[in-house]
Amino acid sequence: MKVCIVGCGAVGSLFAAGLAGLEDVEVWAYDLSQAHVDAINATGLRLSGAGEVHAHLRATTDAAELPPCDFGIVATKAMHTDAAIRATAHAFADGCVATVQNGIGNEEVIAEHVERVIRGTTFPAGKILEPGHVQWDVKGDTTLGPFEPQPAPFAEVERLADACTRGGMPTHAVDDARGPQWRKVIFNAATNPVGALTGLTHGRVCERPDLRRLVSGLVDEGKAVAAVQGIELDSDPEELIDYSAQKGVAYEHKASMLQDVEARRTTEIDYLNGGIVRFGREHGVPTPLNEAIWALVKGVEQSWQS
Amino acid sequence: MTRICIAGAGVIGSLLAGHLARVADVSVLARREEHARALNEEGLRVSGRSEFTATLTAATDPAALPEPDLVVVACKGTDLEQVASRLEGHFPRATVMTVQNGLGAEEVVGAHGDWPLLSSVTFMSGTRHADTHVEYILDTATWIGPYRGTTPAVAHEVADLIVSSGLKAEAFDDLRPAQWSKLIFNATVNAVAALTELPHDFHFAQTEQLGDLGNLVRDLVDEGKAAAAAAGIELWEDPWEMNVLATQRGHRHYPSMLEDVEAHRPTEIETITGSLVREAQRLGVPVPLHTALYRLVKAKEASYS
Repeated sequence: MKVCIVGCGAVGSLFAAGLAGLEDVEVWAYDLSQAHVDAINATGLRLSGAGEVHAHLRATTDAAELPPCDFGIVATKAMHTDAAIRATAHAFADGCVATVQNGIGNEEVIAEHVERVIRGTTFPAGKILEPGHVQWDVKGDTTLGPFEPQPAPFAEVERLADACTRGGMPTHAVDDARGPQWRKVIFNAATNPVGALTGLTHGRVCERPDLRRLVSGLVDEGKAVAAVQGIELDSDPEELIDYSAQKGVAYEHKASMLQDVEARRTTEIDYLNGGIVRFGREHGVPTPLNEAIWALVKGVEQSWQS
Repeated sequence: MTRICIAGAGVIGSLLAGHLARVADVSVLARREEHARALNEEGLRVSGRSEFTATLTAATDPAALPEPDLVVVACKGTDLEQVASRLEGHFPRATVMTVQNGLGAEEVVGAHGDWPLLSSVTFMSGTRHADTHVEYILDTATWIGPYRGTTPAVAHEVADLIVSSGLKAEAFDDLRPAQWSKLIFNATVNAVAALTELPHDFHFAQTEQLGDLGNLVRDLVDEGKAAAAAAGIELWEDPWEMNVLATQRGHRHYPSMLEDVEAHRPTEIETITGSLVREAQRLGVPVPLHTALYRLVKAKEASYS
């Protein structure tokens, strides 16, 4: 089978390198970074850290080069979803497209351009060290399920999950993938922007009792928006927050959004807190704290322009 | 009133001291010895909207200063307790006026002596370029009202004196409506600026789309209004309109708390937003958004260390 990774940043590279090791899978990577694409084509894609992998695959910055694919895995930053899937949709005319991106609302955007969509959430993380070389920081599971309004056939979801698992990225195919997705988005929306606005690491955010209460306030709003949609979280985001805050886990971790803010890169706030606010509006659930946080982080981004 | 003592010579204190020295005998109670010495030797230069150098007396010990008719406590809220305690036991014949942001400065000062007290809030702004040089930037008014053991007539007398010195001032029979308007405006604009690091510009009035910053500003103002209403205060000005107007002035004002976070200094969050949150709690009015911003700014301060 042919799989195209749409957006071959850190997370996309983990999937690309893993799948490229399988004999029955031909992997293509679509990415806009010419340097990264050239390096992959010249010397392959290397992962180091949580796993050592050296894989060979085809990479391109030109969507027209892509062959018809059985699957797409979209792994761009959420604000680039529309442009990326618009450019590559022709390759998935007969295929299915999964997202492993952060935030909510990505499936809806993908479904505007392709027929069969797979909802997805992934926990592994890493960073690009140099073109063609990715640091694999965190291992973790991926969950895939049919996107309800425009579902991929479940057998296809299972086929992709099986390939990912065999490639070293443990992946579950489930009927309803919204639970893990909302747990992750609630976790991220409650912790990432608080770190970004205060400059504190995850552990330092959580050890300030008043700030920890603000985090819980954000979690509670997210839970209410999930509940009204009939989504059952696969576990309580609060547990993940407290677990990660421990020394030796992610106490010293600077949230990716804090890293974005420090580097003055546009954040994914519109798809985290902004997503919770939009879905809350749609279902009549008030989300004043998420709305406040959303506006503040957008304000931070606006301050770079002025 | 012919002899004025300015306690605390930051931006506001320096602007008052410099201007008032043109119409009265002004002394300055400074915190640092070299600051007092520099003021005695070089005088105080005012630039910007006014341009002159004033002559005045300065010291770090109130006992070294002439007995004043009026003391203006002009330090930041964060230094108030320290400055007020240094005044204790001095100047028994003086009236004391506070100009701090937030609520309750009068009580803090009043606990250190039984001077008659005036309340005030000031909207003027400037930049301190040196111990002996302050630039006068925004020529907005200082509002004055009676507090403890004073009458509206005393507030008028001080306002007239300030106006005659070239600054703007206005006296009120009851300052609280104006004080609350400014408190709500300040708590909102300062905390949002401290967290976003945006100067007070057009973003603060933008409300077209969900997630626009102006929506948050308006919600924060509404929480403040609910607290004021519960306190029985009819606001002097609508803080939302103050906000919109200020963003239309074309001048990108840097709120003091933004300057503080940029310099990694402690902010006035405790005296501004903190006093609003505590007063709302006392009144039983929920202010979840001000509470959230209060926590975020406190945490941002903690990240400096």
